[in-house]
Amino acid sequence: MFTADEWEVVRLSLKVSAVAVGLTLPVAFALAWLLARGRFHGKVLVDALVHLPLVLPPVVTGWLLLIMFGANGPAGRWLSEWLGLTFMFRWTGAALAAAVMALPLMVRAMRLSIEAVDKRLEDAAATLGASPARVFATITLPLAVPGLLAGAVLGFARSIGEFGATITFVSNIPGETRTLPLAIYGALQVPGGEAQVTRLSLIAVALSLAALVVSEVLVRRSGQGRGNSGSGCHVL
Amino acid sequence: MSFEVRVERRLGERMIRADFAAPGGLTALFGPSGAGKTSVLNMVAGLLKPDEGRVAVGGEVLFDSGAGIDVPVRHRRSGYVFQDGRLFLHRRVRDNLLYGWKLAEPEARWMTLEQATDFLGIGHLLERWPRTLSGGEAQRVAIGRALLSAPRVLLMDEPLASLDAPRREEIMQVIERLRDELALPILYVSHDRSEVDRLASQVIELIG
Repeated sequence: MFTADEWEVVRLSLKVSAVAVGLTLPVAFALAWLLARGRFHGKVLVDALVHLPLVLPPVVTGWLLLIMFGANGPAGRWLSEWLGLTFMFRWTGAALAAAVMALPLMVRAMRLSIEAVDKRLEDAAATLGASPARVFATITLPLAVPGLLAGAVLGFARSIGEFGATITFVSNIPGETRTLPLAIYGALQVPGGEAQVTRLSLIAVALSLAALVVSEVLVRRSGQGRGNSGSGCHVL
Repeated sequence: MSFEVRVERRLGERMIRADFAAPGGLTALFGPSGAGKTSVLNMVAGLLKPDEGRVAVGGEVLFDSGAGIDVPVRHRRSGYVFQDGRLFLHRRVRDNLLYGWKLAEPEARWMTLEQATDFLGIGHLLERWPRTLSGGEAQRVAIGRALLSAPRVLLMDEPLASLDAPRREEIMQVIERLRDELALPILYVSHDRSEVDRLASQVIELIG
């Protein structure tokens, strides 16, 4: 039913999204923690910067990535010289674009779940002898887990669907940067490509549905027995 | 074992002051709501920092603004029983009870899990989740969790407030036994005269 090219597109999409979410997870969590609990000057600015990709035209985000991480961009040149990591016209660039676009959604979900953790429980743990690190590991983190998982799945779904920043930043190269939405867009440009568009779109629907179901199941399971399946999981 | 508490703290417009010493037994902090009773308890526990003052339990200084002493909450060994229980909802009753016990120095522990569950009659609840407990059961687990953390003093913040009449009586009896059978000083916050008359060996009145 599906051609080898189409499977290649799906495989690439999953790889790009998995890498994007995997790398963004710790960054998003640290930012969510900072925004939920931190008290510092410039918090509003950090908040705004994190949310920028959510409201900026994706083309602009892609162009900014091009300037920063392109072959002659300051970050791009540094990464290429020191780590041998290049982004131009490569799947790594697609992953970077997906990561940047998924970041705000992930931070939002995680921030809500951290804010929903009852600080009074953290106080109680401290009176029982727990150090701040232990309070975090045994109380805060486990109680925030449903939101963290929901944030990760949401970020994954967003990455699968990423289009504008990707095509601007790393173009539409088969086998490297042609993820699902780019392949659908490409097929639409070709006369007689409707059948392929339909097949690829069905895959996109299936992947998105699967992500939502997985997120729901994860949230339910981690809330089992505690009845706290609400906090910060349904952010959209 | 004894307390010495002399603390002052401004919270917004209010000035919270307390100055008392207690030899042991159950000392009730009594006064209308808003008098700052819970704040005084929090200052003893280290959850709230006094602007000025001194707190000592059993001769050990926990806070002294003059000498620059401020022992962190986790080292104060105060068994705090909160008004709302504050059980850890993601841990079963057993793990709630053992949370502080595991963190205590082995030689400081003075109660085993079995002794605590026998004392409080909660042996049958060990595998339950906190959400499934009744108010009275949850409060007994909260008391057990505090006792097992090897405390030198028990701080109780209106532990009967969220309970119905039969449960109040049940927990009241538990508190009387704590007072009479354990050599553990108790600082007990309440705004209920009858409760204080029945339980307290000493009453400190806080005026709002």
